[in-house]
This record gives sequence, structure tokens and C-alpha cells, in this order.
Amino acid sequence: MTALLADYLPLVIFMGVALFIGAILLAAPFVVAYKSPDSEKLSAYECGFNAFDDSRMKFDVRFYLVAILFIIFDLEVAFLFPWAVTFGGIGWFGFWSMMIFLGVLTVGFVYEWKKGALEWD
Amino acid sequence: MTFWEASLDVALIALASLTLMSVLMIYIAYILYADRKIWAAVQLRRGPNVVGPWGLLQSFADLLKFVLKEPVIPASANKGLFLLAPLVLVFLALTAWAVIPVDAGWVIADLNVGILFVFAVSSLQVYGVIMAGWASNSKYAFLGALRSAAQMISYEVSIGFVIITVLLCVGSLNLTAIVESQNSEWGIFGWYWLWLFPMFVIFLISALAETNRPPFDLPEAESELVAGFMVEYSSTPYLLFMLGEYVAIMTMCALMTIMFFGGWLPPFPIAPFTWVPGIVWFVLKMSLVFFIFAMVKAFVPRYRYDQLMRLGWKVFLPLSLAAVVIVAFVLKLTGLAPGVGA
Repeated sequence: MTALLADYLPLVIFMGVALFIGAILLAAPFVVAYKSPDSEKLSAYECGFNAFDDSRMKFDVRFYLVAILFIIFDLEVAFLFPWAVTFGGIGWFGFWSMMIFLGVLTVGFVYEWKKGALEWD
Repeated sequence: MTFWEASLDVALIALASLTLMSVLMIYIAYILYADRKIWAAVQLRRGPNVVGPWGLLQSFADLLKFVLKEPVIPASANKGLFLLAPLVLVFLALTAWAVIPVDAGWVIADLNVGILFVFAVSSLQVYGVIMAGWASNSKYAFLGALRSAAQMISYEVSIGFVIITVLLCVGSLNLTAIVESQNSEWGIFGWYWLWLFPMFVIFLISALAETNRPPFDLPEAESELVAGFMVEYSSTPYLLFMLGEYVAIMTMCALMTIMFFGGWLPPFPIAPFTWVPGIVWFVLKMSLVFFIFAMVKAFVPRYRYDQLMRLGWKVFLPLSLAAVVIVAFVLKLTGLAPGVGA
């Protein structure tokens, strides 16, 4: 417990200091700067005319698709981390196990490529 | 350990953290200046040259100006989230520096999962971008945030695979161990930039895309989205976005220095080079990597969004995945893979 604490306590303190610096910079102009808000200044930026639609609109489904593909491949990377660290000690069996896993994922990748999930036009 | 000893420890660590962050920010002030000067020199302009001798105090004048500007919060924005977003971004960007060793033993928290921590924290930065785009309640900000998020997560995958290839050669997640594994009598030719050269190139380009640097600055493409997810921000909230972006760029430069350029190791392990302190080598190498970033910004025209996604998913992802397999196979075949715990 103490060793774990000794490893991670500096990290927590560093985060605290980072948050403190960020918060001070964020708060500074609210204390010192001159303010004169009016309704035109506070309206959303829209190239000179009034907004005629909600800005939280429908958007392209591709963005969802990219996010889903990202989750799959990021999980794959997360699986690779422990494999890469212990690589010297797991022999050919460990190597081929991971190759089969990567092979299955590659089949999925080829499928989504052929389906056109990666096209932006 | 008594209460007073413990609080002394905490105070010392806080002081060390504050020192590191202050030095980092002053370094970034001059990195910003260098960025503008290099860009100007390529275009045969002078760049900033008014504030202080040769304009050396330009970044500090900019800071003062940002603090004195009126902070505008749009009436239709979600005010809490709107102000939280820049704080989240700069907080996460700075946090990564807690585990980065700038010299042998010069690190705030020497975690045994160091590189995983940096990878995780840089993934989380996408939340700051999404929050900013959503909370602003403006069309440009919303579209910019979507684009930026898609771009950042697309290139993170290939960055992850490149990190895996380096880890295969090192056998440890600790950043100090990654540097030490490049320490050989070969000097500069024993570092991974030579042995994993294609991976180095992929990492460099992905780092440009991950940090929204030109030529991949689509989220803030002025000609179409004005300033992307930052369009509604002014004063120091805007400053925090820029600061977070540059801290993230320096994190990428530091990671490249550690993984491919041997961190604080001298390029030739012989007398005059070994006298120079490690921190000097580290800062020199980091500045060299940033110089590449600055030159790319000056030379390369901006990508189109579909080209950007094609490059990430159809070129870098298969290439880096294949590289993981090839590197692993070669290491296994030659028996060069490091033993467990090495």
C-alpha cells in the first residue's frame, strides 16, 4: 500500500497543481478585465445574421461509425499492451495466439473496408 | 513517518511540480515565438519583432493582453460546461507531464505504466473538445468539435500501434526504461529512430494530426469553420485552449524524443558529449522535433477532410498493424526480444 501510495501521490499532487494553475488563468479576466455585455455581443456567431435553427442539429452518421471503429481498434491496442510487455517470456505460443486474434480483427477490418464504412465523399 | 515529515514531502513534490510547469510554460512561450519566427522566415517576413529585443517578449505581451480582454460567454451557451471545457483540456495536457522524465531520475512520478498513462490522458483530451463544441451552442463550434473529435480518435489508433512496436523492443511501459534500453555503445545509431524508421515517420505524422497541427488543422480551418470548436471563446478561456494545444504538442515532441531519440542520452557516448548534462540533450532534441513540426506547418498545404480520414484509416492503420506483426516476428526469430522484467 505504501509503495503504491509513494508512486501515485506525486501524480495526484501534480494534478492538483495543474488544476490550480488552469483555474487561476481561467478566473483572472473575470476579476480584472473590463466588461460591457450587450445582446448582440452575447449572441452566437453566425456570419452576420440571426440564427434560424437550433445549432444542436442532426449530423452525419459517419461520425458515429468512426467512433465505433475507434472503440474496436483502441481495445485491440489495449489488449496488445500487456502482450508487448511480456513478449520475451511467452514463447511462440504467445506469439501465435496474438496473431490469431489480430487475424480475426483483420477479417473484420477488410469487411468494413469492402462495405465502404471508411469512405468519406 | 510523522505528520510533519509527510507534509514536508507533499510540499516538496508540489514545489517540484510547480517548477516543472513554470519552466514548461516559459519554454512554450519561446516555442510559440520560434513557431511564428520560423513561419515568417519561410514566407520572407520578419515575424514578431517589436516587443522587447527581436520581439523576444512577444508571448508575455500576448498573455497580458489575453488576461485584460473581456471574457464573453454567449447567452445561449451552457455556462458551466462552457467554462469547464478549456480547464479540462489544459488540465489533461499538463497532467501528462507528471510522468515524463527529462533526465535520469528527473521525473515527478516515475510510474511503471508511464507510457500507458500518457496515452490515456491524451485520449481524454477529446472530451475537452466535445464539451467546448456542445456547450458553445453555435453551428461552427458544433461542426468543428465533431470533426476534431473524429480526427483525434482516428489517428490515436495508429499512435497506439506505433507505441506497441517500441514496447516490443523495450519490454517495459516505464518511460525511463524506454530511454535506458536505447543506451548502447552505438550512440545515435542504437536509438529506435533508425531501427524503427517507418514507425517514426508514422508517429510524426499522426502526432501532427492528433494535436490538430497544420497540415491537419481541419477543426479550425479558417476558410470554412472560422475557428472550429473555439469560435465562441475569448480572453483566457481561449488562451487555455491554445496553451493546452501547445502543451499537447510538446508532450508529443517529448514522447518522440523518449521513444525514438534516446531521451537525455548523448548522441555519441564519448568524452566531450558525455560532459553535457542530460537535460540539455533532452531540450535540444525536443526543440529539433518541434522544428520539424514548424517547418511542416510552413511548407505543406492543408489536407481535405476525406483525404485526412483516408490517410488515417486506409494507410496508417494497416501499415502500423502490419509493422506490429513484422517487428514481433523478427524479434522472435532473432531472439532479440527482451526477457520479462528486463
